[in-house]
Amino acid sequence: MEGSTSTNTNTPPKRVRSSIWSRFLTSKKIAPYVFVMPFIISFLALFFYPMIQAFNMSFQQVLPGQVTYVGLSNYERLLNPTFYRALTNTSVYVVFTVVILVVFPALFAVFLNSRIVKFRNFFKAALFVPALTSVIVAGVIFRMIFGETEAAVANEIIGFFGIAPIDWQYGSISGMFLMVILCCWRWMGVNILYFLAGLQNVPHELYEAADIDGASAFQKLLYVTIPSLKPVIIFVSTISIINGFRMFEESYVFWEGSSPGNIGLTVVGYIYREGVSQNDLGFGAAIGVVLMLVIFIISVLQLKFVGAFKED
Amino acid sequence: MAQENLDVHKKNRFYKILLTMLFFIITIVVLFPIISLLGASLRPPSDLMRSGLTLFFNLSDLNFNNYLSIFSENGSQYWRWYINSLAISGILIVLSLFFSSMVGYALAVYRFKGNRLIFLLVLFILMVPFEILMLPLYQMMINLDLINTYFAVILPLIVAPIAVFFFRQYAVGLPKELMESARMDGCSEYGIFFRIMAPLMGPSFAAMAILQGLTSWNNFLWPLVVLRSNDMFTLPIGLATLITPYGNNYELLFAGSVLTIIPIIVLFLFFQRFFISGLTVGGVKG
Repeated sequence: MEGSTSTNTNTPPKRVRSSIWSRFLTSKKIAPYVFVMPFIISFLALFFYPMIQAFNMSFQQVLPGQVTYVGLSNYERLLNPTFYRALTNTSVYVVFTVVILVVFPALFAVFLNSRIVKFRNFFKAALFVPALTSVIVAGVIFRMIFGETEAAVANEIIGFFGIAPIDWQYGSISGMFLMVILCCWRWMGVNILYFLAGLQNVPHELYEAADIDGASAFQKLLYVTIPSLKPVIIFVSTISIINGFRMFEESYVFWEGSSPGNIGLTVVGYIYREGVSQNDLGFGAAIGVVLMLVIFIISVLQLKFVGAFKED
Repeated sequence: MAQENLDVHKKNRFYKILLTMLFFIITIVVLFPIISLLGASLRPPSDLMRSGLTLFFNLSDLNFNNYLSIFSENGSQYWRWYINSLAISGILIVLSLFFSSMVGYALAVYRFKGNRLIFLLVLFILMVPFEILMLPLYQMMINLDLINTYFAVILPLIVAPIAVFFFRQYAVGLPKELMESARMDGCSEYGIFFRIMAPLMGPSFAAMAILQGLTSWNNFLWPLVVLRSNDMFTLPIGLATLITPYGNNYELLFAGSVLTIIPIIVLFLFFQRFFISGLTVGGVKG
């Protein structure tokens, strides 16, 4: 490729045209556009168009070979108890996963960053391993651990404390617990790493200043470490919220498509059920649009609440 | 760090032991599911079907029958899924690294009209959940007659915004003087990228290969939507079909699950650094 760019004065006239063309393509002005072309094409075809189409479809009834505009009727159909259930389940799931996935990883990271704990690298690696599993494989194990028989591990353990065996997969509270614990188990290690990276950036002078003022270890944690971790907390909670609203697999792996009384139904599960299984693309798209609005509103509120806009 | 100045040695040592013990316990709890999967894969499937995973069991019941079964005729569908997963992840890694690195590199080293806009679009795409685009993309795949093909699984992931973002952040730190001197030597812009700059971006390629490979290896929802027949399933989809409580394929399910995650864990032990930087990409922006 680069051979043709060299400006050789002896180039025979016949090759001039191709050399101008290739010089144009390889010029410093054009090259960047060639580099970003894959992105532009995929953006238009696989993001922009589907995005417009998602809104468009939500006003349609899509039948094979026949598309009719039905106005807002897909959105009217959303006012039903099943969707309400899906939205409630997803929101409860988001609240629990966000709180757990911020508090515990932050706490563990603070300890893993201090010199108090030995074998820190081993712990970091070991706690990260669950992130390598797929939700399906993780779910296979969790289904076995939380089996409904008295002898299954989880029931045996609560049995030590005198609690009667639980039908984990059949109650709405225990069902939620299963999904939350599966998610937290997989993500804990990743978030610990985020917090550890954040702790590296805490200026050492702040601790020295705190020492001079005679602050206790706990006071240093409260007044130096936690405020310095604010950007990481914002970041981790934001991705946890977005991923929480996208949740599907954690539910699928316990109940496949249908859970008793919809205890495991999530918004994305509802999109899948209506849009793919029932083949009602228009209605599914309407659920998607609402989901996007919910995520957008919650993200803005959350960023406002933690004051992410003020700082910068 | 903060605690290093505490010179109450005895107290310190007590905490040290206590906390280290605590972390050992946490680690055991966290690794328990994986260990029990290994255990389950060595137990007779009828046991597990009857009583779920039990804390106490007969050590003499352990055997490798499940693995023998999976490596026999019985496991042929499992290996078909394995090949599908390997092929899809492999193709995706090659294509997405090729395209994403070009885009990220260009955004980092060239000043051109639209540079900032494209970068903002990359960040914007990162914020929009894939699930919203899923049904229109599904419709598109139906119209293009791509349902139940590798291509349908791979296409939406080829230019990965997260990888573009990562490559850009990495390429910003490359020495630009090298580009100038290469230009003086008559190297074309593409030659500069493929021969000089891309090799310098090696670690970022490794991290992104791991991120893309793992994402695709574990990807579930999209393949579930576009793959239809058993012989096209990827591992997660195939394994999910075996989960049903009345399934008679538990030996495939447990031994198969182990064989799905073990290669990843082994790779992790060797390339820990790249796994960690690949899987914590979002943190780059800090």
